[in-house]
Amino acid sequence: MSSTRVRWRKFVSNFMMTMTGLCALISVSVLFFILGYLVYNGGTSINWAFFTQLPKPVGESGGGMANAIVGSGKLLFAASLFGVPIGFLGGVYLAEFSGSFVASVVRYAADLLNGVPSIVIGIFAYAMVVLPFKHFSAFAGAFALGLMMIPITLRSTEEFLKNVPNSLREGAMALGASKSKTIRTVIIPAAYRGILTAILLALARVAGETAPLLFTAFGNRFWSNSWSQPTASLPVMIYTYAVSPYEDWHRQAWAAGLVLLGLILIINIVARTILARGIAVPRS
Amino acid sequence: MEASTKPSLSLNIATNPGAPGAREGFASLPMRMTVSKLNFFYGAKQILFDINVGVAEKKVTALIGPSGCGKSTLLRILNRMHETVSTSRLEGDILLDGQNILAQDVTALRRRVGMVFQRPNPFPKSIFDNVAYGPRINGAKDSIADVVEKSLRHAALWEEVKDQLHKSAYDLSGGQQQRLCIARALAVEPEVLLLDEPCSALDPISTAKVEELLVDLKNLTTIVIVTHNMQQAARVSDFTAFILTGQMIEFSPTPHLFTTPGDPRTEAYITGRFG
Repeated sequence: MSSTRVRWRKFVSNFMMTMTGLCALISVSVLFFILGYLVYNGGTSINWAFFTQLPKPVGESGGGMANAIVGSGKLLFAASLFGVPIGFLGGVYLAEFSGSFVASVVRYAADLLNGVPSIVIGIFAYAMVVLPFKHFSAFAGAFALGLMMIPITLRSTEEFLKNVPNSLREGAMALGASKSKTIRTVIIPAAYRGILTAILLALARVAGETAPLLFTAFGNRFWSNSWSQPTASLPVMIYTYAVSPYEDWHRQAWAAGLVLLGLILIINIVARTILARGIAVPRS
Repeated sequence: MEASTKPSLSLNIATNPGAPGAREGFASLPMRMTVSKLNFFYGAKQILFDINVGVAEKKVTALIGPSGCGKSTLLRILNRMHETVSTSRLEGDILLDGQNILAQDVTALRRRVGMVFQRPNPFPKSIFDNVAYGPRINGAKDSIADVVEKSLRHAALWEEVKDQLHKSAYDLSGGQQQRLCIARALAVEPEVLLLDEPCSALDPISTAKVEELLVDLKNLTTIVIVTHNMQQAARVSDFTAFILTGQMIEFSPTPHLFTTPGDPRTEAYITGRFG
């Protein structure tokens, strides 16, 4: 082989390695750039009052978003209460009971639902809950977010249950466990860490959703004292404050962004901690 | 191969002076299970043809034969694990203590006829919880700790694990895991214990331990073992059934089958001419 050819190959090899490394670096730095920008802008605006006080009217300085933080918590809580059981039990059915035809239909439908733009989910919740009750409400917002959690929970529950080796099913059944008892006492415990992690990641994902809340939970500059009242939430608050013309509100929006990011980060860390604990089925 | 089986054969005869030397002796033994005129199908494919076999109480019955001959299928039928395949179909009678197993509640049957599988399959739980699983799901409340200790002792594992009962079962070696699975099966006190090539995933030392264990367990329960290892069948069993392409070729007391096989195909198999 001629030496020019070897040199050319070495050049191509080095060039490609540099390019792939560079692209990997860019992907990571985008994240760190956003994080840094958010921490810089949010960090200078955030203070204790942000967590404890209600928003102040334009022109008055200070104030916080205590109502939006609580509101986001309420929305996520109610959304999980609605979306997680349906997704989880549906996933159990798909993985353990259904025939392959039913499973493929439900799986396809879940994937489609997962792909529906969140603004469309919002419109749907508006038509289903807001219009009949003639009220923006926390319920309507939670309904929209819960709908988005169903397909993620369902598919991941199914996947994690299916990954449990069949030998464990046989082992339990050979000891006289019925099918439902096998699922309850062996299969779900073997898969629960994965399922719980997936649910937390689904929660983290809908925590940042703005579109489905715009015309369901709407927003509120005060405490919302009932589930059937409009409720403030962090993403909608960020949206409203960021598009406003006031410098003060922009700073508040940055702070809200930082808090939201912190919340999602905490959920992620909790998820990973759960995944690292307990007895895992070794991969064979 | 013959040379290596012979010594253990004579040992087998010597340690089992009561073992009958002929079929007539077998017939007089109390039977735990009997299989008669069994035909079995997966879909349209017939796997087993007209199988007749008896499982003598407190004895070890071995099923031998080349890969794919249907011996594992026959074993799984004995506690109806074949029903996990929806296309399976079965004809014939299988009796446990004189009662048809197909007419019984399947979970109750599997408590009476336990099973240990080819690869160790401990649950992702602690050693203690693995053994306690059977008694717990069957509603035992008191003295589960005693049952766990007793079962682990029977499986010759107690001394090795008594100080780490709450550690993960996956921390054990492969051989220990298989003995844990045997302990887990023993904890529900099965009348019959089925073992599906229990040593095929184990090293020789672990295999020797499990074999030793099986001979001891005979006093406790009735054992049916599937193995493709003829020396193993010769070492541990009292009776051996040789199965070839779904048909029972020969069923005899083990020393009898290995020294004076009644069928030329059996002789060809045990002398290593095929399989």
